[in-house]
Amino acid sequence: MTATSDHPTSTDVPSNGLSRRSFLKWSAAAGGGVALASGTNQLGLLPGSGLWASEDEDGGLETRWSACVVNCGSCCPLRMQVAGGRVVRVLPDDTGDDELGSQQIRACVRGLSYRQRMYSPDRLKVPMKRVGKRGAGEWEEISWEQAYDEIAEAVQRIIDEYGNEAIYLNYGTGTIRGTIAKSWPPAITPIARLMNTVGGYLNHYADYSTAQIQGAVAYHYGGWIGANSLDDAKSANLQVLFGNNPLETRMSGGGEAFVTQRTREQSKVRTIVIDPRYSETALGVADEWVPLRPGTDAALVAGMAHVMVSEDLHDQEFLDSHCQGFDEDHMPEDVPEGSSYVAYLMGEGPDGVEKTPEWAASITGVPADTIVRLAREIATTKPTYINQGWGPQRHANGENQARAIFTLVAMTGNIGIRGGSTGEREGSYGLPMANPYASENPVETSIPVFAWTDAVEKGPEMTATNAGVQGADRLEVPIKMIWNYAGNALTNQHGDINRTIELLEDDSKCEMIVVIDTRMTVSARYADILLPDAMNAEQLDLVAQGSAGNMGYTILGDQVVEPPFECKTVYEMCSEIAKRLGTEEDFTEGRTQEEWVRHILDASREDIPDLPSFEELKEMGVWRDPNPPEVGYVPLEDFRADPEEHPLPTPSGKIEIFSTELWEMAETWELPEGDRITALPEHLDTWEGPAEARERDDHPLQCIGHHYKQRTHSTYGNLPWLEEAHPQIVWMNPVDAEERGIGNDDTVEVFNERGRIRLPARVTVRIAPGVVSVPQGAWFTPNEQGVDVGGSVNTLTSWRQSPIHKGNAQHTTLVQIARA
Amino acid sequence: MAVTLGFYFDQTLCNGCKACQIACKDKHDTAIGVNWRRVAEYGGGTWQITGDTFSPNIFANYLTMACNHCDDAVCVDVCPTTAMHQREDGVVVVDDDLCVGCRYCEWSCPYSAPQYDAETGRMSKCDLCTDYREAGLDPACVAACPSRALDWGPIDELREQYGDVAGIAPLPDPSVTRPNLVIKPHHSAEPVGAATGAITNPREV
Repeated sequence: MTATSDHPTSTDVPSNGLSRRSFLKWSAAAGGGVALASGTNQLGLLPGSGLWASEDEDGGLETRWSACVVNCGSCCPLRMQVAGGRVVRVLPDDTGDDELGSQQIRACVRGLSYRQRMYSPDRLKVPMKRVGKRGAGEWEEISWEQAYDEIAEAVQRIIDEYGNEAIYLNYGTGTIRGTIAKSWPPAITPIARLMNTVGGYLNHYADYSTAQIQGAVAYHYGGWIGANSLDDAKSANLQVLFGNNPLETRMSGGGEAFVTQRTREQSKVRTIVIDPRYSETALGVADEWVPLRPGTDAALVAGMAHVMVSEDLHDQEFLDSHCQGFDEDHMPEDVPEGSSYVAYLMGEGPDGVEKTPEWAASITGVPADTIVRLAREIATTKPTYINQGWGPQRHANGENQARAIFTLVAMTGNIGIRGGSTGEREGSYGLPMANPYASENPVETSIPVFAWTDAVEKGPEMTATNAGVQGADRLEVPIKMIWNYAGNALTNQHGDINRTIELLEDDSKCEMIVVIDTRMTVSARYADILLPDAMNAEQLDLVAQGSAGNMGYTILGDQVVEPPFECKTVYEMCSEIAKRLGTEEDFTEGRTQEEWVRHILDASREDIPDLPSFEELKEMGVWRDPNPPEVGYVPLEDFRADPEEHPLPTPSGKIEIFSTELWEMAETWELPEGDRITALPEHLDTWEGPAEARERDDHPLQCIGHHYKQRTHSTYGNLPWLEEAHPQIVWMNPVDAEERGIGNDDTVEVFNERGRIRLPARVTVRIAPGVVSVPQGAWFTPNEQGVDVGGSVNTLTSWRQSPIHKGNAQHTTLVQIARA
Repeated sequence: MAVTLGFYFDQTLCNGCKACQIACKDKHDTAIGVNWRRVAEYGGGTWQITGDTFSPNIFANYLTMACNHCDDAVCVDVCPTTAMHQREDGVVVVDDDLCVGCRYCEWSCPYSAPQYDAETGRMSKCDLCTDYREAGLDPACVAACPSRALDWGPIDELREQYGDVAGIAPLPDPSVTRPNLVIKPHHSAEPVGAATGAITNPREV
């Protein structure tokens, strides 16, 4: 921390001076923007634009339903206006209303930009094969026949030489809401279905969004539960959001942004947002914003818990009946004294440190009197709705961060009730759609999602206890082939892009990479064979709903226009490869894509009798469950009512504030030096954490990477409309900027030993001092000096993993910033 | 005289997503740099740092802005060719046949509503989606706003329903052009002229 002072200081934000000019010209920079206009309208500059052009110019406008199917947690229907075989305009949903449960699902800024994504010059047009060094950008066009033949041969060869475990399906969420054209979860993708016909593939568990919190719920609750839905905050008298930012991360006007806004508007529930950034959710719905240093939520909880225990404000009765490990009277056998959470708080545990509000203040940055006040308010307001986003857990100590917030909910007795929560992220109501398209993977071995680079580099060294391998004691073989369908975690969304690229460039390690995508992404640059995919609006598919409070809905995404150039659907690609592997019938079961959609709709009607017919749904586009529940989701009511009759799937059947399994793992697992697994949700100082930041002169700033309006992860990146509306920038506090002589919009470099990015600074009071945020997902674009001028945060992040679930700790990163 | 039309903006609901800007762009096919609707982020305040701890005393809010089809439309007043003119319903439009692209209107408008289109060499601007309204539809930005923060209609009705705030920082005093605009201010909005903050995203507006 560079901005600390023994005496109170105050730094004004740069003033605009409010001259007459700025008074009159609220948009002084608009003229500068105009200069960019000439020649930058990408729609008019498409290579081979003749192929895009209409053959039927005099045709009228026809409106067809499609959807935006990317990974924001929402899913918005889109009405696409077509003329002459070309989408000419994208309109938002015009069905439904403004009431929770039947709301109109208005697409956000990204969905409305779909047309530009569709007609982007980045679109892949023909199958291609790498001819130079991997990643060098040298390609030859090949026929589909050749592509299918070579991929089938590679699959067969690698299975013969190494076994099915050497073939990996990389994480990818570029097309997530479809049913047939679906890139996540991996087990129900068409690639999985194809690979399952020939013996399967190496699994991964967890995902880049939630790896650590999945590793937390497994031991704390016995599995994923989810929190009360956000619309249930109306039943609460206080809403506390730890690092949850639905107004930006789930930005749909029918999804959780709308649900959060409308619930708050109607109930007026007092809302506290705890976040290093004054997020859109803090700006929009919070009565109070509590900024803290990234990676210190568990310390904040401990400080508040200390107040509650000291002042006897906690719900002892609930803790006694439903939890293990809060105090010394509720511990498993054979655990030494001083191992309970109360002992940890009161300095009676092994570390001997009392977790006073002052202790927490020095770690978190939150003043002690604020911690005391928050603790009293959260403990005494009933019910209190506490929910966490996935930022607090995306840290080197992420599992403990998540578990600490669960523990706060238990201490305040808010679990299993209306207006309460589990402390996880919001659940929601959803339609129970059937999926007969899913198939079974014969391979059981599974690696952590973030460990695939390790598996390429040193697969057989990875074991259950040193690398979190599941389903087997160890990996038998390294990864030798990667399928990368609609994903960018092969490079851009993984940690340490420069190191990842170096690994991929060595094609003696991973011998074959097949990328299927709609555009030349950063990951597509590293393909051996690159297949041009049809976008979802270029094929018929059943589209699953997004998270939307208490609303259930489904969408039939029509084939709005034909796939352009030589693009094909992933279903056709996999069918053709299966044919060459002799398993076409297993893969297709004799159905076309439309026949699958009809089949799935019919199968779903068994559980949802009101579901319309294929023809009806195609006409109406989006169908809403006409009888939404009053509240979207309230978990653990039965456990709350009778924990003996409805135990949790933990060893004790209770909520494990002290986890018996983690206690054992702490003894048996081999961890990198300095890493720790703890049975309690303790605050851990880790590598590149806030404590280290304050000790290091070279990299004194904590760097996080918030989700940004320009993109959903990396999807919708590289599009002029969205780059104009939401340019890539790095947020930094005026205190840190002033120390470095940096002004708003100055070009800066953000760097550490792993890489360097260049982008404009957003000097803003909306982020805590000592913290910078580079919105994640920008496309890695190295210049000749190796500086990433695209500004991808993962040029700065590392491969290092969290201790329990081996998750991506991408918000645990230290950097320095200087003017470029 | 026909009823005068205007926009309503509920600032308490705006998260700065710019769906309005893109809906406008998609409908009207405006080029990069030409935005008939734009969104400013406005904010200010200070941080107090005491030892290892910090406390914010800050604020931020968003403001979406198109043409306000002002009663005293200075863009019309300054236009040397009468290309910029006001229709009976108050909607200010450009006559392409008359516009010479001199950009006086852009310079004079305190909201930067008229936008120069380098491709055509003429001015372009919001016409409150006349074609949509004639078809019984809402303007593109209003229909698209995910937060339902935008509305439009006869200005008398909007004022009756939502009040008569027509200016907050960083906008000019409404007396300058008498905009047909009603704003429901965010809790942190500052009054016109008493502003302590600044536009945080000047390059975007």
